[in-house]
Amino acid sequence: MSANLSALFYLVSGILFILALRGLSSPETSRQGNYFGISGMIISIVVTFLTVGSFGSGLLYVLIFLLIGGSIGAFIAFRIPMTAMPELVAGFHSLVGLAAVFVAISAFLKPDAFNLGEVGNIKLASLIEMSLGAAIGAITFSGSIIAFLKLRGIMSGSPITFKGQHLINLLLGLTILFLIFYLCKTQLPNIFWAIVFVSFVVGILLIIPIGGADMPVVISMLNSYSGWAAAGIGFTLENTALIITGALVGSSGAILSYIMCKGMNRSFFNVILGGWGATDQSSSAQSKEQKPVKNGNADDAAFLMKNASSVIIVPGYGMAVAQAQHALREMVDSLKKNGVKVSYAIHPVAGRMPGHMNVLLAEANVPYDEVFELEEINNDFANCDVAYVIGANDVTNPVAKSDPQSPIYGMPVLDVEKSKSVLFVKRSLSPGYAGIDNDLFYRDNTLMLFADAKKMTEEIVKSL
Amino acid sequence: MEIDPFIFRLSIFILSIFVGYYVVWSVTPSLHTPLMSVTNAISSVIIVGAIIAALAGMSENIFEVSNIFGYLAIILAAINIFGGFLVTQRMLQMYKKKKK
Repeated sequence: MSANLSALFYLVSGILFILALRGLSSPETSRQGNYFGISGMIISIVVTFLTVGSFGSGLLYVLIFLLIGGSIGAFIAFRIPMTAMPELVAGFHSLVGLAAVFVAISAFLKPDAFNLGEVGNIKLASLIEMSLGAAIGAITFSGSIIAFLKLRGIMSGSPITFKGQHLINLLLGLTILFLIFYLCKTQLPNIFWAIVFVSFVVGILLIIPIGGADMPVVISMLNSYSGWAAAGIGFTLENTALIITGALVGSSGAILSYIMCKGMNRSFFNVILGGWGATDQSSSAQSKEQKPVKNGNADDAAFLMKNASSVIIVPGYGMAVAQAQHALREMVDSLKKNGVKVSYAIHPVAGRMPGHMNVLLAEANVPYDEVFELEEINNDFANCDVAYVIGANDVTNPVAKSDPQSPIYGMPVLDVEKSKSVLFVKRSLSPGYAGIDNDLFYRDNTLMLFADAKKMTEEIVKSL
Repeated sequence: MEIDPFIFRLSIFILSIFVGYYVVWSVTPSLHTPLMSVTNAISSVIIVGAIIAALAGMSENIFEVSNIFGYLAIILAAINIFGGFLVTQRMLQMYKKKKK
């Protein structure tokens, strides 16, 4: 196939990928969008085969490896529980990053196969593009591995910080740029390996100071990086599909990071430069005066909700940890049978990745038109009888609106306290991720339900 | 004077960033998780480079170091392609409207 023809087909793939993202503007069109994406991918792969054109034993190997990878991927996709979605996505990002590194290495070792010049005499532009692709890919890889380990709980979610951390990162970043410059002058393979190695280290150092609940930002950011890495390789290979896709994914991840940061009223750099948990541990320990809380049980909760006319459910990460989404749906079903109007309120940063809660509720067969975003539902709390807070904490803290001293001041929160009564399911009175006490616990209209989210919800179902 | 093809690719790149910007803002927040998994799947179109790498100069020897990196990249990208699209499909299947 001629280079021009294949370039046109790659353009078609790129457009199909745009349509795949476009489909996600509503759940109805989303499945069709996914098929667009799949077709774009098939076109790209087939066109590549036809362009390379040699159908020897090598093709067989390529197909075998494709099938090996494909079956591993399919196996994972069918087996993974929905609660593990954040770590799955982090893991997948690491694979894209590593694949970008491998392709860049391969292009560096055999530039003639990619039309980039010869060994020791690679075109300047290609050299810059492939080393940028390799560097960003390596950062994506090691950063995503750390994010994966933190989300999976293999590594502690608390931020790891040390003195001079940001200075070291800055120096390492400059080192990478210097090495790329040096590589362009000398074309020495060892410099190329050094770029890859230093980038791996940067990826690790970049993610370790970020705490568990900031993971939505981290995952989005790594999503963005994987896109930029793909675009870098796309420039090297002069491949339109890869350039378009890289740009789409890069901007998609950047927008998601922005939305997540806005959901916490923090700047991107504030998140990247280290977690709240590290700075505020001291302040959470000092004010341990006992304030009275109202303590309730499942029967109280069931009674309150059964006699309510409207209930709003506020799920958070704790619901995911306790796997309480199915029990929750059962509870809502029996409430609906009693004629109670129920809706769900989702804070943008609830959970460990963007849209995490929505997927879990969808898994439990909650119709998506009963689930609302913060801006859509926040005014309804004032007219609602019961707010059932399950596994959320900081995102309901009224302090964010009233106390300018608080670290979370200015963060958009759900106006849970405006509802007639609040049921707060929580295991203890311990503060949330931000390390600050939730004022909501001590309000007159709050009833604390001290228990595991799933157990409590199941007990309520029984008493309904 | 002739325009360097790089400028054309750069134009495509920058226009695509704008397209991405507007398309992604129109994605409903409830589908942000599938958005991440599908962007992940499509960025694995990097497999194109992996295939070229794997088949590079195969007339001589198909197990040179550069080919091996190509094979490895194919496996990684294939995991992502199949895993990414299938898990997205699985998630999207779960989003249902209220039964009337």
